[in-house]
Amino acid sequence: MKTIAIRGGEVVDATGSRRADVLVEDGRIAAVVPEGEGRDLVADVTLDAGGCVVAPGLVDLHTHLRQPGAEEAETIETGARAAVLGGFTCVLAMPNTTPAIDSAGVAREVLELGRAACCDVRTSAAITVGRAGEQLTPMAELAALGVRLFTDDGTGVQDGRLMRRALEYASALGVVLAQHCEDAVLSGGGAMNEGAWSSRLGLPGQPAEAEEVMVMRDVALARMTGGRVHFQHLSTRRSLELVAAAKAEGLRVTCEVTPHHFTLTEACCASYDPVFKVNPPLRTDDDVAAVRAGLASGVVDCIATDHAPHTPEAKEQPFDQAPPGMLGLETALALALTHLDLPIAEVLALMSWRPAAIIGADDAHGGPIAEGRPANLCVVDPSATWTVDPDRLASRSRNTPYAGMRLTGRVRHTVVDGEAVVIDAEAQR
Amino acid sequence: MSARHLLGIAELEVADIERLLRLTDSFVEVGRRRMPKVPALQGRTVTWLFYESSTRTRLSFEQAAKRLSADTLNFSVPTSSVNKGESLRDTVATIEAMGVDAIVVRHASSGVPHQVARWVSGSVINAGDGWHEHPTQALLDCYTIRDHLGGLDGLHIAIVGDINHSRVARSDVWAFTKLGAEVTLVAPPTLLPPSVEGWPVRVDHDLDAVLPTVDVVYLLRMQRERMLEALLPSLREYTACYGLTRRRVDLLRDKAIVMHPGPMNRGVEIAADVADLPRSVVIDQVRNGVAVRMAVLYDLLGSGADLSRDLPGRDAR
Repeated sequence: MKTIAIRGGEVVDATGSRRADVLVEDGRIAAVVPEGEGRDLVADVTLDAGGCVVAPGLVDLHTHLRQPGAEEAETIETGARAAVLGGFTCVLAMPNTTPAIDSAGVAREVLELGRAACCDVRTSAAITVGRAGEQLTPMAELAALGVRLFTDDGTGVQDGRLMRRALEYASALGVVLAQHCEDAVLSGGGAMNEGAWSSRLGLPGQPAEAEEVMVMRDVALARMTGGRVHFQHLSTRRSLELVAAAKAEGLRVTCEVTPHHFTLTEACCASYDPVFKVNPPLRTDDDVAAVRAGLASGVVDCIATDHAPHTPEAKEQPFDQAPPGMLGLETALALALTHLDLPIAEVLALMSWRPAAIIGADDAHGGPIAEGRPANLCVVDPSATWTVDPDRLASRSRNTPYAGMRLTGRVRHTVVDGEAVVIDAEAQR
Repeated sequence: MSARHLLGIAELEVADIERLLRLTDSFVEVGRRRMPKVPALQGRTVTWLFYESSTRTRLSFEQAAKRLSADTLNFSVPTSSVNKGESLRDTVATIEAMGVDAIVVRHASSGVPHQVARWVSGSVINAGDGWHEHPTQALLDCYTIRDHLGGLDGLHIAIVGDINHSRVARSDVWAFTKLGAEVTLVAPPTLLPPSVEGWPVRVDHDLDAVLPTVDVVYLLRMQRERMLEALLPSLREYTACYGLTRRRVDLLRDKAIVMHPGPMNRGVEIAADVADLPRSVVIDQVRNGVAVRMAVLYDLLGSGADLSRDLPGRDAR
């Protein structure tokens, strides 16, 4: 395996920052040489990190890789390529595939395909068989394969009794249950946030309360069972208030938010372009402000992409019929750096070591950049500007809502398991 | 003409609406001729893309196009390749490739005309999209009110019924208020939009209290499926609270008129005998619809030359 020297950057991890060069050998960090020590690293490949931050690779807890079943929209291979271009060294596949990832067989298939991909592909699994909300999946068998997070994402577990049992059962396995919070009856198939905009546009809306009542219920169930709950893609002010209160109470809850929920509002839907249709829907200005405040205050544990590829054909349907979801992997970090008023170390915490800890991926990702650690790194130029061009994305799909947007902050190099998979913003395989 | 499409009333300036109403006057005159046809759009092609059943709007547009001498292409969804799974975009591309100057779109989903407008080089006319807008209906409503009451400025208009699911209500709210009328929406809370923030309207739930103050009462069609969505207990209760019964007509001012976009549910939102009173102008609405749609087609597709050149024989009557 080729040795890699990353030279001239500022190393930033959970322990702080310092100017240093990093040597990678055999998949591990072989040396971290502080600036001024004068030791010149010799390696097969030299990555210039001048003006850049050298950080632990990013970890995405919410990636729809679409395989098996919707390979026309994304595959594990193309999704992983998009991930590394966005600085991610580890992604967690969501289980709403066809068939769903609800059995050891499907989970093995996904992990097997993931081994050939250019980043560390881990998988979640469904809480219920077929994500139908009726019967628990073989959680112990799946946990033995390495599954650390279970979710019926795409839908929430509607049945409170079943969710209670799932939390109780999972507590023996040391896994986390993640919830897509949406009371399906209350949301009623709404295509966007319910409110002034949906009223004006004549589109069926889903109220913020459809999300909030399930957050409320699951906080109660976390209290009742002592179980560990991760709330996915929270999007409203009151959802975050509920999580803040649950944390203050000492309950074992964590939560994520997406870049689109801190950058876009429901007003985008006025174009009727389904590229802005997503679930949970884009919310109000006030909700966006609350999501940003939650990121700054620590109520929010991590940023997750909810990368959801869809073919152009799917997204050219009428707004109320088009599937929800937008691409995220290749723009997430730049959006955070451009639109959040946070120091880069805090953005990295939200996108690397905190999410890594939630799924127990911190053995390989997000850890301190130190000798002997697995070499999963990203090199970010925080001042580089670029324009999002859908046709230049590595994802198989094109449904980014940020087309034409100018962003500041770009991933320059990504190293996965000791291999330079992105060099100068170009995927190497 | 300022725009290439007619997608909604909300985006129109007052001057646009007034220009279209003035044009409508000319086409009403054409309609009264012995030979009510002019060569204004000769050589232009208009097609209908109707994904939802419609009788009056479609016939009205067809009559309008023919009176302007435009060629028309009928695209009938039930017999087309849409039933073979063709996507909206492919259908639109196919129609466009045949060479059309305007596509008149009706669809059950809000926003479809906006999507189509992004894909074509010709004009798109919204003939009703979901719950969103039905701009030509609002224009013919304005024309009909003006015809009967002289103008809209200062009038008080009540729109009664299922506001939330009504594209007619949304277009009328914008059109009526832009022309200076005051609008009160009268409906049970379950049939109002979730939020009317930013709408230039008042909201009331007491029809008896509103009726003596209005110049126009505009009734919307009540659909039976609303009962299944827990929006209403029963049609009977709806009629009792919000139907324009014979008793309620007596609360109206002498000159107040009754309007309905059709098709009417006699006995539900409007009593059968009320629909036939002289103050009910429903048939005038339909009649004016043809001239309004001629005005819209002419405005978007016409030569832009002096109207009198496009309307020869103006004094033939």
